Amino acid sequence: MAGIAFDLQLLNLCASLLLLLSFAMLAQRRIVTLVNLLATQGVLLFVATLLLAWRTGEHHLYLSAFLTLALKVVFLPWLLHRLIRRLEVYWDTEPLLNISGTMLTGVLVVVFAFGLAQPISALANTATRNAIGIAVAVVLLSFVTMITRRKAMSQVVGFLSMENGLFFGAMSATYGMPMIVEFGVALDVLVAVLVLGIFFFQIREQFDSLDLHHLESLREREPDAGRQVRPFEEN
Amino acid sequence: MRPIEIVTQALELIAALAVAPLFLGWINQCRAWLQNRRAPSLWLPYRGLRKLFHKDAVVAETASPIFRLAPYIVFGAMVVAAAIIPSMGTRLPFTVAADAIALVGLLATARVFLSLAAMDIGTAFGTLGARREMMLGFLAEPALLMVIFVASLISATTALPAITENLATQALGLYPSLAFTGVAFTLVLLAENARIPIDNPATHLELTMIHEAMVLEYSARHLALMEWAAALKLFNYACIGFALFVPWGVSTGAGSPLSLAASIPLLAVKLTVAGAALALIETLSAKVRVFRAPEFLATAFLFAVLGLLVHLLLGG
Repeated sequence: MAGIAFDLQLLNLCASLLLLLSFAMLAQRRIVTLVNLLATQGVLLFVATLLLAWRTGEHHLYLSAFLTLALKVVFLPWLLHRLIRRLEVYWDTEPLLNISGTMLTGVLVVVFAFGLAQPISALANTATRNAIGIAVAVVLLSFVTMITRRKAMSQVVGFLSMENGLFFGAMSATYGMPMIVEFGVALDVLVAVLVLGIFFFQIREQFDSLDLHHLESLREREPDAGRQVRPFEEN
Repeated sequence: MRPIEIVTQALELIAALAVAPLFLGWINQCRAWLQNRRAPSLWLPYRGLRKLFHKDAVVAETASPIFRLAPYIVFGAMVVAAAIIPSMGTRLPFTVAADAIALVGLLATARVFLSLAAMDIGTAFGTLGARREMMLGFLAEPALLMVIFVASLISATTALPAITENLATQALGLYPSLAFTGVAFTLVLLAENARIPIDNPATHLELTMIHEAMVLEYSARHLALMEWAAALKLFNYACIGFALFVPWGVSTGAGSPLSLAASIPLLAVKLTVAGAALALIETLSAKVRVFRAPEFLATAFLFAVLGLLVHLLLGG
């Protein structure tokens, strides 16, 4: 490590901290903290992108860095915090696995991801190719976060963190996607969160909770609470 | 074996034996300050030891020889461990005998005898403490080994002085792996030395104590040795931490009298800072339930494994 340039060392540090934050998200049950962790992940991505832009001299990376800052550090967390306040969901239920079990699963996932990324890293010729493994690990860990959670809110946070991982992967494998793709993805994420926000209200309207387990039963329930909307009968 | 090496070895041993209670006293003093209490004297641990050595020992009727022998074995293990850890110089004649993995084994031996002695009398408290200690031990040991493996991978050796020498002499770099393992080591240190998130060294509250429950049946010189050994264990852990994470200032290479002399005040500074930091951590954190302790140590293990994986992936 001591033989590597200092900015690359910083980049590696950012990558490791991203991985650490993914684990923190895996363990965290408070949704407010989960959103804050997501914002921190955004800050790290911003710093990493800036460092990479400075190192490679690619100007479009500056643009995508500030896009990250605006969207993932400021706007989306603000939106999610607002949603949390209005929906009044502060805690997720106990995850399906206990914390230690989830953590150990996470470690196995990281080992798998590192193995998976080895051939990709061998093909890439960027200075940050070692970090591809970490990006894959972040994506898979976000998957695990989404799988082990029940509340719609934490699943959305997991989804956004997965997007962060993909972004970081693209950055370390090929110094970022083409600008038009990046804008497209950013817009998609934005629209997805907006639509999901509306969706949350609909889910709560239907089931009185944001627990996604209610969505698993396809059979229509008896109109016990009187809140059930039946589109066919209403017409 | 050159004279300077023997001098280094002797100095380290004497320093460990003499300073360990002082280190404990310093932590207690910092804790008292942080909690707005009047601090006890720095020399209180010494006075406690002297008082205990002057008393007559009382041993339970049901005690077997293990109970009488355990304090000497535990104390002996801690002294040998102190001799292996490079706290002042890296050329120690003793270290040929044991590397870092053997050091973990040495600490485990002490734990086994401490637990055996606690169960020997047959009181409920001793057994309870021993069981909890073994549970913590089997969770903390893998984490400690992982921490040592990361440092060994960086330096390509498991000999602790060689690791220290390698880390101290190479160019300064950012090691994410060492940062992770540093956090893991701190967690293990807190758990292994009965510090606050896991055990409270200051109380004799029956249901929560671990270490105090095990030495409950000891008195006089046996208790004095046990307490001295506990202080030595904390000192040893701190010195392992210095050897792995802040190795600068240790007399490296062939070792000159000057560098050895310079390493003594540096060790004092490190201990002072580490003691204050430990007191701060203990003041800021609340004691966790015993059932939460596995989660705490799983986190330590996780940090250590992450350090290892990051090292393997990023090559640093």
